[in-house]
Amino acid sequence: MIKNSSKIINLIKVETVEMRGIVKQFPGVLANDHINFDVHVGEVHTLLGENGAGKSTLMKILYGIYHQDEGEIYVNGKLVNIRSPLDAIRLGIGMVHQHFMLVPTLTVAENVALGLPSSRKFLLDLDMVTERIKELVKINGLYVDPEAKVWQLSVGEQQRVEILKVLYRGASLLILDEPTAVLTPQEVEELFHVLRSMIKRGYTIIFISHKLREVLSLSNRITILRDGKVVKTLPAVEATQEKLARLMVGREVLLQVEHPAVKLGKVALALEGIWVQGDEGLHALRGIDLEVHSGEILGIAGVSGNGQSELAEVIAGLRKPTQGKVFIKGINVTNWSPSQLLDYGLSYIPEERMRDGVVQEFNIEENLILKDHIHPPYAKGIFMNFHKIGQESERLIKNFDIRTPSRYTSLKSLSGGNIQKLILARELSRKPSVLVAAQPTRGLDISATEYVHRQLIEQRIKLKTATLLISDDLDEILSLADRIAVIYEGEIMGVVKRNEVSVEELGMMMGGVHKDNIP
Amino acid sequence: MEAIIIGITKSAIRLATPYLYASIGETLGQLSGVLNLGVDGVMLMGAFSAFYTVLKTGNLGLGLLVAIVVGAIFGLLIAFVNVTLKAEQGISGIGFYIFGQGLSSVLFSVMIGSVHTVNGFPPLPIPWFSDLPLVGEILFQQNILVYGAFALIPLSWFLLTKTPLGLNIRAVGQNPQAADSLGVNIVRIRYFTVIAGGILSGIAGASLSIALLNVFQQNLTNGMGFIAVALVYFGAWRPLSVLNGALLFSTVNAIQIWVQVKGINIPPDFTLMMPYLVTIVVLTAMAKRRVRPPAALNKPFQRGEE
Ligand SMILES: Nc1ncnc2c1ncn2[C@@H]1O[C@H](COP(=O)(O)OP(=O)(O)O)[C@@H](O)[C@H]1O
Ligand SMILES: [Mg+2]
Repeated sequence: MIKNSSKIINLIKVETVEMRGIVKQFPGVLANDHINFDVHVGEVHTLLGENGAGKSTLMKILYGIYHQDEGEIYVNGKLVNIRSPLDAIRLGIGMVHQHFMLVPTLTVAENVALGLPSSRKFLLDLDMVTERIKELVKINGLYVDPEAKVWQLSVGEQQRVEILKVLYRGASLLILDEPTAVLTPQEVEELFHVLRSMIKRGYTIIFISHKLREVLSLSNRITILRDGKVVKTLPAVEATQEKLARLMVGREVLLQVEHPAVKLGKVALALEGIWVQGDEGLHALRGIDLEVHSGEILGIAGVSGNGQSELAEVIAGLRKPTQGKVFIKGINVTNWSPSQLLDYGLSYIPEERMRDGVVQEFNIEENLILKDHIHPPYAKGIFMNFHKIGQESERLIKNFDIRTPSRYTSLKSLSGGNIQKLILARELSRKPSVLVAAQPTRGLDISATEYVHRQLIEQRIKLKTATLLISDDLDEILSLADRIAVIYEGEIMGVVKRNEVSVEELGMMMGGVHKDNIP
Repeated sequence: MEAIIIGITKSAIRLATPYLYASIGETLGQLSGVLNLGVDGVMLMGAFSAFYTVLKTGNLGLGLLVAIVVGAIFGLLIAFVNVTLKAEQGISGIGFYIFGQGLSSVLFSVMIGSVHTVNGFPPLPIPWFSDLPLVGEILFQQNILVYGAFALIPLSWFLLTKTPLGLNIRAVGQNPQAADSLGVNIVRIRYFTVIAGGILSGIAGASLSIALLNVFQQNLTNGMGFIAVALVYFGAWRPLSVLNGALLFSTVNAIQIWVQVKGINIPPDFTLMMPYLVTIVVLTAMAKRRVRPPAALNKPFQRGEE
């Protein structure tokens, strides 16, 4: 059935998988509530649902990472008991996890060979593994160098390694848990191309996502989960984005935000000839000039890794420029410390929100007051004003719709969307005059994304905040930004008004063509 | 002058022996993600049990075997506490150190009581090589435990880089979730490395009591096990660099001993301090090198947690 590959690897064929009445209870959450789910050879069956709906849990049960409390799994019609990932691999099931499961210090070939018996018994057979990987790379179009160390690879390449790992083990059923969450639009297209050709050659795919457009473009069937239950299973041809969104969220959602015009104020944030070194010592920013006015959202578009992270960090005071100046409200704030900048009216929504945006060990209340805990009203002299802190936290939790049992709940137990709402609550309630929002909706589901977008727009209207919006998602920039600056290899290729530019022109600038050179 | 250099180098090679056993053992454990600070305690137990056996039976091979068994039992205990019970490794290690030190002292007072000496492993000249000028005397007229320590370097390098087991060990210490998702048995790998580390610490102790010093007294190791742990960091978890570190340390030590024996007029407190000072200075200088410890070092593994 599966052409070519079977010459190199022992393919384990999966015709059908059926999960019946699966129940999984975690402390305080019923993650899977009597779920029925099946998949047949040669199809893409998508699991669609908001964050926390139970998609990953269901698939981790199929892959043997968790064990179900109730319910049965049938593979090719036979009842099976999957107790560990090894059992799943032996049944022909492979999983690419939402968070990559790679050892960064090892090479691609070593990552692939890990856990497999060697053909040379007590000696590693990496040469043979490398050869076979090269074959698999060629057949499947998953280009990556088997001898490279994983930490040197881009995210897209790392994902290909994950897929290769699964293919190498002879899996014919692939579970892909939110594979597109970390990819650029181009990388998503490449991935889908690979997946489609694999389907043609007889592989079967379970695809997990909450991005409607992608789901519609790839799937044969779609199963929607909400709060641990199956809402509906339907063929993709019967689905539309609106219908899926409604089933997924349980109410009508706006896929596009209102974007009323506002009158621009003075320049609130200005960068003059900023040069910055990246982590590898090369210049990540090379002479950036930008201006953001009060009441304006300036979008920074670009393929990720072109200096966006460094740009955010230099404004937030987390990275020192080697040349150039930063002005906020006309004052030169170059080399100010982050805390001085915060006190002067800068707010920052960091890209790595779990690392830079919150203290994971703290509870929600503590995280909410983090940046202002030394100022009144949260502090009274050297003491904390717990009464006031409690009041404010309750207000923010309510106003920003942070879903949590209480303000004392530990941050770690919140979903990604709710953590971002918390950060937003903290940053926006400080009434900033300048806001740097880096990848504010990366990894968030539709409701949370919609929410973040509405808040950013509202902030701009109500408080005339000058917002620098950095995003890899061009759709997001197009729907929010008043003006768009395109960054490429640390330089600005051009700044344009949103309604005076086409997607094609933006695409060319993102590829390194200067605005003035576009025909 | 030549005699001095030969003397110092030869003694440096001998002195490196216990450090090599203990550091390579610790390297294996740390590479798989288990920090064991109890090395010194296990060394003391190995030293005592080997010495006692040899004192009573005169059988050196049996003495070594007993040290190996005692080391393995300690390794098993340490693995059980750290891997199965998922204890805080830094703290449990200190516990094992104090336990090993205390137990060996008590057993010594009860079972032996006063200072004795034994006939340890004799020098075992290697035919032909031992006749080479200079190197022959320095390298090839040592006892079998010294040879064993140096053989351990290529052996452990081979294990770690050329075998599936070695690959598993490295992966388990960097990203146990990834290894687990490919069917590697994390618990089994960590038990293996920690028990191997225990055995090597036991041999390290035996090398002191029945091959190099041929005595036992309370706290014989005098903190060598901790230096062995430092050498693992110094060597950035690579056997060859661990060897370099051990040699640097033992050379400074050999010079220090020579200075004292010669009665050269430097305060002994100062010379005694030298090896440790050198270790601290070198480790500090190397902090810039930014070699990162195994990412999962000191982190118990639980399937399904990220
Ligand atoms: N290991 C775990 N321990 C406790 N709760 C968990 C664990 N894994 C997932 N959950 C909870 O189970 C629910 C479903 O999670 P998950 O399956 O990851 O959702 P999805 O993949 O659809 O976003 C969430 O409320 C989540 O917080
Ligand atoms: Mg998930």
